[in-house]
Amino acid sequence: MKEQAIVEVRDVSYVYPGGVKAIDGVSLSIKPGEFIALLGQNGSGKTTLAKLMNGLLKPTEGTVLIKGRDTRKMTVAECARIVGYVFQNPEHQIFASTIFEEISFGPRNLGIPEEDVKRRVEESLKFVDLKKPLNAFPHLLSVGEKHRVAIASVLAMEPEFLILDEPTTGIDFGRSLQIMRLLQRLRDRGKTVMVITHDLYLAAEFAERIIILKDGTKFADGSAKEIISDKRLLIDAGLSPLQVTLLSEDLKDYGIPTNTIKTMEFVEEFLDILRGGRGSRG
Amino acid sequence: MGTAIRIDDLWVRYREEEDYAVKGLSLRIDEGEFVILMGPSGCGKTTLCYTIMGIIPRVIKAEVKGSVKVFDLDPLTASPTDLAKYVTIVFQNPEMQLVTTSVYEEVAFPLENFGLPKDEIERRVKEVLEVVGLSGLENRSPASLSGGQKQALAIASVLALRPRVIILDEPTSQLDPQGTKRVTDLILKLRKEFDTTILAVEHRIEWAVEYVDRIVVMNEGRIVLEGDPKEVFSREIRPERAGFRPPQVSEIAYNLMRSGVNLPTIPISLREASSILRGVLDEGAGHSRS
Repeated sequence: MKEQAIVEVRDVSYVYPGGVKAIDGVSLSIKPGEFIALLGQNGSGKTTLAKLMNGLLKPTEGTVLIKGRDTRKMTVAECARIVGYVFQNPEHQIFASTIFEEISFGPRNLGIPEEDVKRRVEESLKFVDLKKPLNAFPHLLSVGEKHRVAIASVLAMEPEFLILDEPTTGIDFGRSLQIMRLLQRLRDRGKTVMVITHDLYLAAEFAERIIILKDGTKFADGSAKEIISDKRLLIDAGLSPLQVTLLSEDLKDYGIPTNTIKTMEFVEEFLDILRGGRGSRG
Repeated sequence: MGTAIRIDDLWVRYREEEDYAVKGLSLRIDEGEFVILMGPSGCGKTTLCYTIMGIIPRVIKAEVKGSVKVFDLDPLTASPTDLAKYVTIVFQNPEMQLVTTSVYEEVAFPLENFGLPKDEIERRVKEVLEVVGLSGLENRSPASLSGGQKQALAIASVLALRPRVIILDEPTSQLDPQGTKRVTDLILKLRKEFDTTILAVEHRIEWAVEYVDRIVVMNEGRIVLEGDPKEVFSREIRPERAGFRPPQVSEIAYNLMRSGVNLPTIPISLREASSILRGVLDEGAGHSRS
């Protein structure tokens, strides 16, 4: 039996009021348990596609199905129960006067009993590792903490599929790593995760599937290894290849596979060659 | 060559805070130098930049001790108009500085304020929009631009003023690689043509590692590491602690060294890494000699 897609995008176009066509004939299918990085230049339609996938926007043409149901026939709350969306700028999402209010807003809107809401808030905060009093004012938190509140408030809705719009933009790299590891743990618990990012390094280290948009169309869609090691494809998409893949290509005569996309993968290949004498030694 | 920025024993503390955000920091930046300031969130980078700009304590109230000089001006006492001729800042969040209704106006507005002739304004607007890749969007509203385009516009409007010192607060944080490449080209062009001094706060370094003169690393209000990129990355940088990641080729080298491979030096660029690792593989005996 074919596993049902969490989200199915069928030949979708989206035109903003005012006439800008942000998405142009995109089709793709998201399977449960995938960890996806959505890449593309500024203005390529990444955020628009994400909002179409969780029903915040409805397609101008084509259909978006969430677990088989047309988003046009679903309320935003019904969509959000399955597909959670974390905004690019946590300031755009955070509005309440306490952390508890902020995180409980979603589940309360879903009509979840108060007892359960409390449990969900506590679990979400624990998951994002935010040790702040529940009555703290979210706007006074640091940028990194706000990001975690924003993620926790979407987690509290217990969606099956989480879409994060540039969760690592504007925060330092140590915190970016923390967020990506957190997402990896979510994936390990059976959630589906899609991260919009510019950071090819983080995409290579964490994602298994890469989707690249260009001018509102699907430019590439495949395994991380296949896409990230394709130098020409990345450049055509306006992305810079990683140093690790360029270095692997430079050293391919020695036996380093040209589809090496992670730092430690390279290190292991290199050590293998040194130890075992694989490939030529000149 | 003169000194563009001189900071001696600077202490800054925000009003409601107990701890100082900047703690006895001294730094000298020469005219025409390109310096990148790095460190984890909350280490004091932005506070330092705001103090150089006079935004602290003029707009954001704080206790400031020590001395700051931008050329001959003291940002703590100079008039904002005088100071603006020497030093300007591009904010991390471009929305903070976009104020007009069209891309053209956004760049032209400060030039009009400086009383430049109309044809000169037109020339400069055209030039900088081309440089940042926004040509053709002159009539668009800044609010309708994407995040990266807004950042490019914020940079353009500052560049058009041709200040002697430009402070860039995470200039590439919202830019894709093409945008980053444009910023790099732009920085090189400014230095070559106008000898502009550039101080950039950054979390990413690979794009600049071959051009930057000096990297200054801060942590908890102090400078903890300083030098040219080769010096700074010669010892292992741990991203979780430092707040930024070293060039990937350096990261590879740290891990190889840890596994017992002897490398003559830690590479910081692809070219260097390629030649060093070829050497090791050709020799075939770089492993565990100690």
